[in-house]
Amino acid sequence: MLEIKNLHATVDGKAILNGLDLHIAPGEVHAIMGPNGSGKSTLSYVLSGREGYDALEGEVLYKGQDLLEMEPEERAAAGVFLAFQYPVEIPGVANTTFLREAVNAVRKQRDEPTLDPMAFMKLLREQIKALDISDELIKRSVNVGFSGGEKKRNEILQMALLNPTLAILDETDSGLDIDALKTVADGVNALRAPDRSILVITHYQRLLEYIVPDRVHVLAKGRIARSGGKELAEELERTGYAAFTGEAA
Amino acid sequence: MSQAAAMPEILSRFGPGPEPLAAHAGAAGLSWLEDLRKEARTRFAEAGLPTPRQEAWKYTNLRPLEALEFAPPAAEGVSIDGLPSLLPKGQTAQRLVFVNGRYREDLSTGGALPAGVEVCSLAEALTRGAPDLAGQLGRIAGNGAAQPMLDLNTAMMGDGFLLRVARGVQLELPIEVIYLGAAPDGPQAFHPRSLIVMEPESHATVVEHHNGLAPGAYFANHACEVSVGAGAALRHYTVQAEALEAVHLSTAYAEVAAGGLYDSFVMARGARLSRREARIRLAGPGAECHVNGVYMLRGEQHCDNTTVIDHLAPNTTTREVFRGVLDDRARGVFQGKIVVHPKAQKTDGHQLSQALLLSDSAEIDAKPELEIYADDVKCSHGATAGDIDHEALFYLRSRGIPEAAARHMLIEAFLSDTINSLAAEGLCPALISSVGHWLSDTTEDTAA
Repeated sequence: MLEIKNLHATVDGKAILNGLDLHIAPGEVHAIMGPNGSGKSTLSYVLSGREGYDALEGEVLYKGQDLLEMEPEERAAAGVFLAFQYPVEIPGVANTTFLREAVNAVRKQRDEPTLDPMAFMKLLREQIKALDISDELIKRSVNVGFSGGEKKRNEILQMALLNPTLAILDETDSGLDIDALKTVADGVNALRAPDRSILVITHYQRLLEYIVPDRVHVLAKGRIARSGGKELAEELERTGYAAFTGEAA
Repeated sequence: MSQAAAMPEILSRFGPGPEPLAAHAGAAGLSWLEDLRKEARTRFAEAGLPTPRQEAWKYTNLRPLEALEFAPPAAEGVSIDGLPSLLPKGQTAQRLVFVNGRYREDLSTGGALPAGVEVCSLAEALTRGAPDLAGQLGRIAGNGAAQPMLDLNTAMMGDGFLLRVARGVQLELPIEVIYLGAAPDGPQAFHPRSLIVMEPESHATVVEHHNGLAPGAYFANHACEVSVGAGAALRHYTVQAEALEAVHLSTAYAEVAAGGLYDSFVMARGARLSRREARIRLAGPGAECHVNGVYMLRGEQHCDNTTVIDHLAPNTTTREVFRGVLDDRARGVFQGKIVVHPKAQKTDGHQLSQALLLSDSAEIDAKPELEIYADDVKCSHGATAGDIDHEALFYLRSRGIPEAAARHMLIEAFLSDTINSLAAEGLCPALISSVGHWLSDTTEDTAA
């Protein structure tokens, strides 16, 4: 599904990723954990194609295609989805309009028929019910006036609607209370499928109690410092990241 | 002897001038009008067109007018295929149509107006002798320093519209005024003059369209005087979509009495050069004005929004927001002045200019200005200019929306946010669809 080889990336000319390797097979859920500043968000932005996040060396293959050569919208259409750590507020664009435009833009690029407003509303109603999102949030401008938890649920809603094959969740647990965390985790778990892979980026182990990963990686100083099974997350919870940052525990 | 012959060349080049008074049935009672015109002629002949050396015209140069050789008036022969209208059929109380500044009864449609509402063309009023206009026309506009473009209008005015709403009358449906410009045989110049009198406690909405019928240069120099009585409210909406070769100047002079509201919204997207001025006097306690607008420019278009708002009484309020989108080498100007006079304690004034610059060559000159002579006031102003929000753009693209479509969404959102929050509810859908038309670069929608 995703093959990252020796990835080096800079942000504003500063080296953040220094030879990162990662392989995610179809159907697997991987977690990347790491201290602040280790390059977790940079990795998510490089994978989704954000301007200013430049890969200098190495390659990223997604289903065998060179992901780094694709525009952000092409990546989305190809099935890559990033749930943002800080979802963007867009005053003046109704959430419904945004969601419908996104769904139809992706369908169009995938050569699928676009949905008329009625069909889209039907689909939307099913999803917002499952994610416990109010009708009112759908009518408001995108993320404007949303609480932290509402923004994250809105991300998961977009993920469910766009039906990705590779979902990257960037610190999706930050700012969530325990109920919201469970709802979001249920939404993610509902998407687990043999042909879909999920990359969970998180600082804390908490989310991984609900979204149980197949593999856990520690990102430090821009590369994978250690990999293991889900028990690695529990270990990190006890020991912290000091061993990886070179600081005394 | 016709008046045109008596006009100095500096004026006569802007058209033949108004009908001689003798042409009006009630001419005998019109000496006040002749006096008004004469004074204006003299002043304009002395001052000439404003130049950028004058502070108020620092950013807008009328030199393009000097290059135009105006042809004799053409209004009757112009054929009309469809009238531009924002309003759904049946949603207007009355529709007045002007072609090159002349009222066209054949194109206008009447309707049953409630008692106490009077609408007609200025030419018609003058034909009646218009004794009631003496002392009204020029009263509000004449406050303050002389203004050359007003003087030119006063000297040349021959037509326009009059609206009078009697005390306590609520006019539900808008009065629609459509100004069409067409220059089939060379440039045209016209100087419509309008008067709106809202008696105390009356309510009305006026929607003006300014459209070009076909490509071609013409010069429209509008002046509109508005009197808002105590507790009255006028919503005054303008959609300026003139031909792209046109020069459009328009000034609204409003005086608002105690507890009255003048609510103005201007959407501008046409004309090579346009300037909309609002000069508003909040004369009574609790008087309020909303002066809002959006503009969309591309190519070499130049659009100037200039406002001067005088707070003359206590507890008066100004709300002013202009938002524009500028592409290519377009240039926007915002000059917003709020003057709080010594008696206007508890004034509440906010003004804001925001521009979205889509090209490195686009330019906005914003000059918000507060002049405060009272000590207990709440006033703020601000101006921003910037590129499209890159984070929002990436967010939309990361959801599969192609870049061009994402940019359109963000531009439309920037403007529709202003429209939705500031324009009267019933007019928002039409204004927003007008933004969509501009984005997809099609011409104004037409309604039968």
